[in-house]
Amino acid sequence: MELQFLGIGILTWILFLPIAGLIIILLIPGDKLKAIRITATAITGIQVILAAVIFRHFDRAIEGINSIEGFQFVEKYRWITVEAVPWFGRIEINYFLGIDGLSVLMVILTALIGFIGAISSWTIKKQVKGYFALYMLLVTGMMGVFVALDFFLFFIFWEVMLLPMYFLIGIWGGPRREYAAIKFFLYTFVGGILMMLVMLALYFSVAVPDPETGEMYHTFNILHMMNPAYYVEGSILAGVDTTWRYVAWMALFINFAIKIPLFPFHTWLPDAHVEAPTPISVILAGVLLKLGTYGLLRISFPIFPDATMYFMIFMAVLGMISIIYGAFCALAQDDFKKLIAYSSISHMGIVVIGIAALNTQGMVGGVLQMFNHGIITAVLFLMVGVVYDRTGKRGLYDFGGLANQMPKYTGIAMIGLFAALGLPGLNGFVSELFSFLGAFEAYRWIAIVSVFGIIITAGYILWTLQRVFLGNTPEHLTSLKDLTTREMVCFVPLIILIILLGVYPAPAIELMNTSLSYLTQIVTVPAY
Amino acid sequence: MEQSMLHLSLLILFIPLAGFLILVFFGKKLPRQGDWLGTSLIGITLLMALYMLISKISSMSTETLTYSASWVILRNSSFGATSIDLGFMIDNLTVVMLVVVMLVSFLVHLFSIGYMKGDARYSRYFAYLGLFTFSMTGIVLTHNLLMMYIFWELVGVSSYLLIGFWYEKKSATNAASKAFIVNRIGDAGMFIGIMILFIHFSTFTFEPIFSGLAAGDLPFQSTAWLTAAGILIFCGAVGKSAQFPLHVWLPDAMEGPTPVSALIHAATMVAAGVYLIARMFPMLTAEALIVIAYIGAITALIAATIALTQYDIKKVLAYSTISQLGFMVMALGLGAFAAGFMHLVTHAAFKAGLFLGAGSVIFAMHNALHKKNDHHTDAQDIRNMGGLKSRMPVTYWTFLIFTLAIAGVPLTSGFLSKDEILAGTLAFSSLNGHYLLPIIAFTVAGMTAFYMFRLFILTFHGNHADESRISGLMESPLTMTIPLLILAGLSTFVFYSFNPLGASGGWFFSAIERPASMIPEALQPASAEIFNQAVKALHTPALILSVLIAGAGIFGAVWVYEWKKSSADVISQNFGALYKGAFNKWYFDEMYQYVFVGGTFILTKILRWFDEKIIDGIVNGAATLSERFSVMNRWFDENIIDGLVNFTAWFMGILGFVLRRLQTGKIQHYLAFVVLGVLVFYFIFV
Repeated sequence: MELQFLGIGILTWILFLPIAGLIIILLIPGDKLKAIRITATAITGIQVILAAVIFRHFDRAIEGINSIEGFQFVEKYRWITVEAVPWFGRIEINYFLGIDGLSVLMVILTALIGFIGAISSWTIKKQVKGYFALYMLLVTGMMGVFVALDFFLFFIFWEVMLLPMYFLIGIWGGPRREYAAIKFFLYTFVGGILMMLVMLALYFSVAVPDPETGEMYHTFNILHMMNPAYYVEGSILAGVDTTWRYVAWMALFINFAIKIPLFPFHTWLPDAHVEAPTPISVILAGVLLKLGTYGLLRISFPIFPDATMYFMIFMAVLGMISIIYGAFCALAQDDFKKLIAYSSISHMGIVVIGIAALNTQGMVGGVLQMFNHGIITAVLFLMVGVVYDRTGKRGLYDFGGLANQMPKYTGIAMIGLFAALGLPGLNGFVSELFSFLGAFEAYRWIAIVSVFGIIITAGYILWTLQRVFLGNTPEHLTSLKDLTTREMVCFVPLIILIILLGVYPAPAIELMNTSLSYLTQIVTVPAY
Repeated sequence: MEQSMLHLSLLILFIPLAGFLILVFFGKKLPRQGDWLGTSLIGITLLMALYMLISKISSMSTETLTYSASWVILRNSSFGATSIDLGFMIDNLTVVMLVVVMLVSFLVHLFSIGYMKGDARYSRYFAYLGLFTFSMTGIVLTHNLLMMYIFWELVGVSSYLLIGFWYEKKSATNAASKAFIVNRIGDAGMFIGIMILFIHFSTFTFEPIFSGLAAGDLPFQSTAWLTAAGILIFCGAVGKSAQFPLHVWLPDAMEGPTPVSALIHAATMVAAGVYLIARMFPMLTAEALIVIAYIGAITALIAATIALTQYDIKKVLAYSTISQLGFMVMALGLGAFAAGFMHLVTHAAFKAGLFLGAGSVIFAMHNALHKKNDHHTDAQDIRNMGGLKSRMPVTYWTFLIFTLAIAGVPLTSGFLSKDEILAGTLAFSSLNGHYLLPIIAFTVAGMTAFYMFRLFILTFHGNHADESRISGLMESPLTMTIPLLILAGLSTFVFYSFNPLGASGGWFFSAIERPASMIPEALQPASAEIFNQAVKALHTPALILSVLIAGAGIFGAVWVYEWKKSSADVISQNFGALYKGAFNKWYFDEMYQYVFVGGTFILTKILRWFDEKIIDGIVNGAATLSERFSVMNRWFDENIIDGLVNFTAWFMGILGFVLRRLQTGKIQHYLAFVVLGVLVFYFIFV
């Protein structure tokens, strides 16, 4: 499948449009706020349209994962080639993009959340030009990770994302923004270094013959790394079930676990969320966390199937702990944003027990949960943003009785909160169901313990609902206005998706079913 | 006929949903805020349900119609290609239940037009009733466990919304959250039970699961897992039907508007648990069934003892509901399938009637007190009532019929079903022992008659303590009394059996048969045939005993409260600790509050502390350590390395300073130094 416009592939368009936006924004004088905002919104809006085109043309029957023929909308060009460097041999880094059933939903999610975040960013008042410029860079970084098939490219986008995020939290954040930003930076930076080491180890272990000359050269191609035949005899990561392969898996896992975030690597998240401005929280929870689980599925699982099988229970246990621990911590919070941050930890735990089950229903549940959680937390953070913009407060005890004062807002918030609670009929339920069904088959007791997380979840969600929305409206809140049109524009598409995917999830599941069952097969029935 | 059944059931399911959506979005703009719309839509579905009932029952077949549609297809899963289906299953159980739900829902809609008049969220109220009816219909129609679970949770939400309908009241929102969370505990068990079945049979649909079991294919090839699956799914029923130990939410749920209590917390939703057991019956092992029977019996007893002591009219009815649900659950556990399900139906009519009657009383009391500007007197406390008989004749007479029915007096519907259950307990004991079950059942029957007549007499008879307080008390309007009259009619025996002394010959018992057990014979309870024979043999003694016990209960209540031959206070004092325990609901709430809620909060505090101090402590510690290290480094750098550098520089400076002295600029001095130098070298080397 190929789609081109002006001779340039659709993935390049969707990837680099924000960079074009960045250049335009830099050219607009800093006091023309409206022009800047409209540019950013329009650029991300076009991304959504492109994502819709991708959804429309995506072939549901192709597997992907480890063969270039299985990928769609592929673009592959030589990017950096250095011939005959002593000791290294030939260095080749490709501009290699493509998507399969694993990434397509994430591309759609990124486009959508990027767009919603851009609309929601209209409330940013400080240094608007700089903000949107960084925002555009951030969107490209995230999109790049999901479409890159060359490890070097993947790594670059991974790190590119880090920088704007650091500044967006550190400059536009709340009172403790500098602490939060540096914490976020250090955590992810440490992870990044680990990933870089593994990347280099893989590079030196894998060599492929040049199709023309037959000369062997090292490569960053992720797909080649999945093929045991390409590992150089005696290289560090060659073989099966070797200590070095376990070490490499663990290093990658720590990097991804930080992003997810899994217990005990999670403490950057509550701080980052609390301090980040609303749209950045939306991006952070909506897309960024998914990079962790995506990385596991794209890199760790198919490149190290042996180590993945070895560490499967370990992963599932961490997922289980995250579910229960996150839910309990959420129950203890009195800050609205912290509560949602901990609920994210709990909900991402469900993704982990789903994918760690290594069966199709668990995988499908896990990836669907990534998408659904992205949509749901986006709604929840926007929800906090609404009252924070109006009152400057976000303590759970600062509110009460909003149901009378802001009926539309309450209706939308209730749908979001009930979706987070896993209410059937809304999207969260479907993905939780499949994740649990997968987990239950693979390791019964871990799944049974995890199910008790849903009781605690009901506890903190309903308690939040009660404290913020029900009861009498206190005096100081009686002047609050209900949602504006711009806010409605942010909420409505997300709410529609929440209901649609809850009632009829088949279109989303079809999109990834083939690829994910193939991935399961690759990991559980390895090629060697 | 098949096609028309499918279309009708689709309409019955989705018309209430349509009503909900219209009322939520446009309710306030409609004339009369759309109450007529919600009510008439349910009226239409009621007619459809009646048509389905009549055509299904009159065809005299017990066949099951099923309709399936694929919801999600999962390819290449560990089960191959699995289609997860949604669909309907229509048998006699379904159509009877549909009529019960639609009828009570319709009457409650009608009643609410009067009761909720003038409420600030009048149209929202009718919208929620529609949402509830939709969700409940889903439970009734489903042919699979997934849809059961989906709608199970949806009725939970509608119940949440309606209990907390007056959400300005803290007690109402507390009760709503409590109901939801307590139910979730049961649902978690149910979810695990469903997973056990799905993982093994790769389907949620009843029929293939049952036929798989019938072929000897057990979950994980183990009878223990099969029993566990049954008991875990029953956990869902324990939550929803307010069985011990999860019964604590139902009395609090009385914070909702009274017609809601009639619909959801008496007649339909709480009966869903019983319906679930009936649906799962073919896969329940004898072991699971005995657990179910005992849970039901314990619930019936505990709730009845509490009901004896309460003064709030709705609380008495709430505990009586729990007790009666316990009866039904026990009946199904014993294998008295038709009797238990019949009690669900008859109870739906008379308990809805009792709640609506109580609503009528509360409404009248409230208005009368309001006229007197009395805002202190509790309009729900039966100690503030008495002597209402002459002022509210319709409410009075209908309430009497409902009370007779629940007490189990012959000629009422309640007598028929309760008598069959009691005979069932005797039959079960004659076959399997467990003599505690019939003892509890008969005791509870006596207690029921007593506390219901206590309630009835205290509310309507005698003289009112302060006649002037209720001088403005009036009978409720027609929209409220008509539902009472209809339900009173339905509480007589004729609708269920033409023989007032036995249900077994009536249409109900021929239409509702106990489904065949689908599990290996060794795990099955005693077969329906043997059981029915035992019931037949013991029916007459059971009948006599049940009439005597009901009579004794009623007589006791009349003796104490009507004739005042003994003082209730003295009696309760004689019971001492027992009375105190029952009056305080056996301290379940306090215990749960202390152990579970308190425990959870302590745990959350500990975990929060752990998160902020230990995990983050390590992170910050690592950061501090590297900072310290860099500070040390800097010190080392500045003092040691730089120190060395500086020292060298300083030393050179000193040296320079000293040597500079030699640079005098006078040629004689230089000459002298040269000579000196030459001399020194001469002495050293020569």
